[in-house]
Amino acid sequence: MEYAIIFLPLIGCIIGYLGRSLTKFFSEITTSLFVSISAILSIIVFWQGIQSSKYGNYIIFKWVSSGNFIANWSINIDPLSSVMLVVVTFVSALVHIYSIGYMSQDPHKPRFMSYLSLFTFSMLALVVSDNFLQLFFGWEGVGLCSYLLIGFWYKKESANNAAIKAFIVNRVGDFGLAIGIFLIFFYFGSINFKEVFQLAPQLIDKKFLFLGFETSLITLICLFLFIGAMGKSAQFLLHTWLPDAMEGPTPVSALIHAATMVTAGVFLVVRCSPLFEYSQTILNLVTIVGMITAVFAASVALVQNDIKKIVAYSTCSQLGYMFFAAGVGAYHVAMFHLFTHAFFKALLFLGSGSVIHAFKDEQDIRNMGGVRKKLPYTYLFMLIGTLALTGFPFLSGFYSKDAIIEFAYLSNSSLGNYVVIIGILTAFLTSIYSWRLFFKTFHGTYNNKTIPINETHESPIVMLLPLFLLAIGAIFSGFIFKEILIGHHSKEFWQSSVFFLEEIKHDHIPFWFLLLTPVIVVIAIPLSFYYFISNTKIIESFKNTNLPLYNFLLNKWYIDELYELIFVKPSKKIGSFFWRKIDLGTIDRFGPDGISKLVKIVSNKAGKFQSGFIYDYAFVMLIGLSILLTYLILN
Amino acid sequence: MNFPILSTLIFLPLISSFFIFVSKEQKKSYSPIYISLFGSVATFLLSLFLWYSLDINSSDFQFIEEKSWINNFIKFKLGVDGISVLFIVLTTFITPICIVSCINSVRDRVREFLIAILILETFMIGVFCSLDLVIFYLFFEAGLIPMFLIIGVWGGPKRVYSAFKFFLFTLLGSVLMLVAIIVIYWLTGTTDITRIYEIQIPQEYQNLLWLAFFSSFAVKTPMWPVHTWLPDAHVEAPTAGSVILAAILLKMAGYGFLRFSIPMFPIASEFFTPLIYFLSIVAIIYTSLVALMQDDMKKLIAYSSVAHMGYVTLGIFTLTKQGIEGSIYQMISHGLISAALFLCVGVVYDRLHSRLISTYGGLVNYLPKYSFLFLVFALAALGLPGTTGFLGEFLILTGTFQKSYFVALLATFGVVLGAAYMLWLTKRVIFGKTNNTEIKSLKDINKTEISMLAALAFFVIFFGFYPMPLIETLNVSVDNLINNYEQSINNISLVKND
Repeated sequence: MEYAIIFLPLIGCIIGYLGRSLTKFFSEITTSLFVSISAILSIIVFWQGIQSSKYGNYIIFKWVSSGNFIANWSINIDPLSSVMLVVVTFVSALVHIYSIGYMSQDPHKPRFMSYLSLFTFSMLALVVSDNFLQLFFGWEGVGLCSYLLIGFWYKKESANNAAIKAFIVNRVGDFGLAIGIFLIFFYFGSINFKEVFQLAPQLIDKKFLFLGFETSLITLICLFLFIGAMGKSAQFLLHTWLPDAMEGPTPVSALIHAATMVTAGVFLVVRCSPLFEYSQTILNLVTIVGMITAVFAASVALVQNDIKKIVAYSTCSQLGYMFFAAGVGAYHVAMFHLFTHAFFKALLFLGSGSVIHAFKDEQDIRNMGGVRKKLPYTYLFMLIGTLALTGFPFLSGFYSKDAIIEFAYLSNSSLGNYVVIIGILTAFLTSIYSWRLFFKTFHGTYNNKTIPINETHESPIVMLLPLFLLAIGAIFSGFIFKEILIGHHSKEFWQSSVFFLEEIKHDHIPFWFLLLTPVIVVIAIPLSFYYFISNTKIIESFKNTNLPLYNFLLNKWYIDELYELIFVKPSKKIGSFFWRKIDLGTIDRFGPDGISKLVKIVSNKAGKFQSGFIYDYAFVMLIGLSILLTYLILN
Repeated sequence: MNFPILSTLIFLPLISSFFIFVSKEQKKSYSPIYISLFGSVATFLLSLFLWYSLDINSSDFQFIEEKSWINNFIKFKLGVDGISVLFIVLTTFITPICIVSCINSVRDRVREFLIAILILETFMIGVFCSLDLVIFYLFFEAGLIPMFLIIGVWGGPKRVYSAFKFFLFTLLGSVLMLVAIIVIYWLTGTTDITRIYEIQIPQEYQNLLWLAFFSSFAVKTPMWPVHTWLPDAHVEAPTAGSVILAAILLKMAGYGFLRFSIPMFPIASEFFTPLIYFLSIVAIIYTSLVALMQDDMKKLIAYSSVAHMGYVTLGIFTLTKQGIEGSIYQMISHGLISAALFLCVGVVYDRLHSRLISTYGGLVNYLPKYSFLFLVFALAALGLPGTTGFLGEFLILTGTFQKSYFVALLATFGVVLGAAYMLWLTKRVIFGKTNNTEIKSLKDINKTEISMLAALAFFVIFFGFYPMPLIETLNVSVDNLINNYEQSINNISLVKND
């Protein structure tokens, strides 16, 4: 069964693509079917895990063995990976089905479906790995699929650039991950998770001299692993690829850039919790980076106008939440938020896709509005998604997000207090931008000038069905799985797959604190309705008086421009300099070309010397003789 | 007396080239392509048999053949171990592919071209089999002549300049190696490698001798700053020439380091390690940046070869198991990938007669199969896990990290640059808008082109997922190499301590 979960998507990818010309819907149906079966099996595995706590590690075959550098292709099922299996295959199956409708007009649909299945396979390979090398395989594999899918509409220049950017920024992260793995191998002599984690306590006191600074070895390893996680999970400074990645088709954004791939970073940190727990420094760093990302992305999301970019920044911001949850040591809560987030964020993306579909590829929310009666189902599902995202009481986001803030409050450190403040602030910002998106899309006046309102239409059933299932997940996943994943007995579920150095506290939390976030979130709804729909003038005038701030946010803190200035342009300049000035201008000029020129000149001169006239030769002999005589006389 | 499998292997291509030479008639059934293909495939199968029958649990040289050539001086001695057998198989695998590629790309003097390629194959196999310094030197240098002719006769417009540049550079290094070989004979009284391994070459000579060998290998690798011949040679060489140059000729140097420099001069090897690290890092970073700025496809791939060979030299001189195995693996991998990339360039060059990146763009609309294969090789070149390109680099970097984390850090950064230039190339050639109207009338690749590219793609992916056949072949020989090296280093330090 475990083999089937992993390999069905791969088989679907290959058969679906090769048989694309057999019948009209062959590849759509094959890929969707295979991934759906895989999803059902994953849910069974997950359920069995909860029931019996029996897990297993299946080794497929040996991948590489060089000295003690040994890695197997393996399927390691444990609580952590079983949760990820459910998230990945479930969302993936729904996205596959949704794509049948969404991509129905696209001539390259078989290719698209195959890429989606290939992605699913890579992501599964990542989560079920029992060693760092296979993890790295999946890690780069999902990066590749993300590259292929962002650049799916390859005729668009912007899509190509976004794809390359995504891959290269991810490579910077991968660079960190690779260094982390080298360090681990060097000091632990193994890259197998189990062996490494067992050895970790013995190496706590090991010091390492790095670029002149003495740090603890574990800290250094975690630092590099975290750089990898930052790249994949689009954390601040390495986040720039995620908004651009919205160039890809919307189902891709839902699957890769919301529910699964971008959460791989969080997964990595949780997976390596036995290492991270021993490095308070890095845990603090994780927390701080998470906080910065959460606030930064939420602030940028406030002013964006592209419906997908808003959701993308929202994803970035929610990933920040997961990281600071992990940073304060609440790994299981981070995983819980990852779990619920997958449902409501995929729902929001697919819902946006439905809206974009209705408006015939219009993505600017300024050109939408007033279509709630035309798109009743989409309206309803988007409403559920938005409520869940903002943390409206008793929907999934409420449980996970509040749990994060509560755990931060309980951690009782000064950093924990900052986390509480930032968490609540971000929750507020999240509500504002989410409702802004929602109201501007569905309420107010109809603002589109190119398409008459009557031509906007509801999406077909094949697109609405996945939305429906995700909506159910977005409503109930928090309520149902709360006890199992983060409740008092959650340790029985997680077993050793998540490591806590200290016992998790379940203290009593003041009642006013429990109410704080939900109240803020609820207040934000009428507030944003008033400012964005009823009385837009206030916002307009505020924008005009604070134009620099507005532009700063609109241009995403100018980080892209900064990178262009300090990385992209200089490397091109240096490359050009090396090539023209050093290769051609120095090595060749004075090397082979210089020598051959010298030989030519000398031989020309020597040739002229042989004039053939006797008096020339006599003259030279005379000079020679006189020099010789002078030499002899002087001696 | 056993069947002389190695001599057969060496001379089989030569014999088939002789058949082409005598076959005057240009009948279809008798065409030179078929003869050469037959000969080279037979060689390939024979080399597979060699690989199969090699005992990989022994680190000794096997299938040894020994004949006296010049009395008491030079013996014609051949033999293989786990390291060299892989290079032989690579050579015999790439050659038939080159011959197939001639069908579409070589228009005139096909017979002569094939003869040159087959003779070249003989010399290349000879390099990897010889166990005598003089024999090695002969094969090593003789390979220059057919290559010189391939570039000089069938090359592009600036072929003469490139051919001479290629010849000058390589010859310059080799002369020093010849001197070194003479010195070694003078010191040890033999040119038999296995016997030289046993006799320690006096410490005071090692550094100079090492440098002499190094000067030859560095040019061939090529290492910075003597790499400038490579882009020119590649640009002007015909497709098959580029393929052989990148896939096999460059590997001779890496092989030379492993076979000669390290076992014969262990102390010097240790002494010069920082130099190698420095040059390798420069090669990786510097040429990656240069590759980023190229507007000629072949030049870009040539520069990327320099960067990839930088990893190889780095890995070899880490003298760790992972480093060396990674380097050999990377050489095999680069042999397949660079061959494939040059073939890919050849395919479109045959159609549009331009190597400039700006000529192309949007090929995927009109040549979907070609574009798919191109993408596979581009991704392999940038080291995507699941292709051979990844594991070599990763093992090398793992090995490097054990020696110097700073060097490893810089080298790992090259991986980011590698992704940048390769993806940018792909974007400009394969994706994007089609600006050139000629592209619209192009035909997708035909069956011969597909077959050679698909064969390469298959192995690039197969060995990416299942590299154990290669690594197991190497295992014992590499262990032996490292043990001997460490022993001689330890002996020296013992003497010093006394």
